[in-house]
Amino acid sequence: MQFLTERKRVIGLGSAKTGTEHHWSMTLSSYGLLILVPLFVFTFGPMLGQPYDEVVAYFARPFPSVVTGLTIIVGFLHFKGGVQTLIEDYVHGAARTGLIIAMTCLSYGAIGVALYALARLAL
Amino acid sequence: MVQFTLPKNSKITTGKTWPKPEGATNVRKFKIYRWNPDDGKNPSVDTYFVDMDSCGPMVLDALIKIKNEIDPTLTFRRSCREGICGSCAMNIDGINTLACIYGMDEIKGDVKIYPLPHMSVVKDLIPDLTHFYAQHASIMPWLETKTNRPAKEWRQSIEDRKKLDGLYECVMCASCSTACPSYWWNGDRYLGPAALLHAYRWIIDSRDEATGERLDDLEDPFKLYRCHTIMNCAKTCPKGLNPAKAIAEIKKMMVERTV
Repeated sequence: MQFLTERKRVIGLGSAKTGTEHHWSMTLSSYGLLILVPLFVFTFGPMLGQPYDEVVAYFARPFPSVVTGLTIIVGFLHFKGGVQTLIEDYVHGAARTGLIIAMTCLSYGAIGVALYALARLAL
Repeated sequence: MVQFTLPKNSKITTGKTWPKPEGATNVRKFKIYRWNPDDGKNPSVDTYFVDMDSCGPMVLDALIKIKNEIDPTLTFRRSCREGICGSCAMNIDGINTLACIYGMDEIKGDVKIYPLPHMSVVKDLIPDLTHFYAQHASIMPWLETKTNRPAKEWRQSIEDRKKLDGLYECVMCASCSTACPSYWWNGDRYLGPAALLHAYRWIIDSRDEATGERLDDLEDPFKLYRCHTIMNCAKTCPKGLNPAKAIAEIKKMMVERTV
């Protein structure tokens, strides 16, 4: 039991003096994805189910591979920010920190794997 | 993890059904949340029947009639009975609002009354607002100045005064904060729509000289950025205010001083 005043509980550890950067990066990536996702659908879509050689040749071209690369990077960074917010909303205590670390690793891992695959196709 | 179900001792049971008023022809059924911390029982919902021919039009009129004529143990806060004091905020027919300005003609069927959601209950329809008031106090709801006090008064143009419209009218009834899912899950750290609306009221005040400090204090992933523009606050506000817009304006100011 702690004898803390409500004011003391509200103050907690004080302001973190952060959060705006996260908010702004999520806003920017939202606008980015608004442009990138349709481009990605229209460039990646036609290649679905096509023969391997044709797909390799297609992604050797700069426009489809740059659009795909940007969509992967911006998409997973946006995913990272969004899921972090979700975890902060619903998970409390030490599990919150653990899940945020796991989700960050997953996001950067996915970016790395996807870019490696794209590079194999494009180069 | 947040708690999605009520703890065992908070599960609501069926309570007492009070007899119908004798000889009344225009009767309305009220289902009201009851909980007494002294009897050790779970909360229950009691059923009352009110003769509408001898009752005022607002929900608070019916509550006062129940307390005066049927069950004097029914406990609720009320004071001004005209939407100024914010005391009688409660959940009526699924909406957080003020009982004194919510007409019974707006409700179809039985009138269901609960305390404001997701708050500790003191008794019956009275929530514990201690933390809510402490959050309000933490945003320094007063004019902060560094310039020497003027001989007469702090002057403000008509245009600057207009910026406070839609903000100063808040009566701190807590309807908005207790309607906000972010406040439900993180009310210990998230300031909530009411406190943030008041914070914006002082940030935007042309006479206030602590704008930077106020923004510094709010810049926090939990204090401010738990707001996800769900808009429950604006939908439920009995005074027709828009706390979500005020919070969005604070976020815009935060970005403005960064980018």
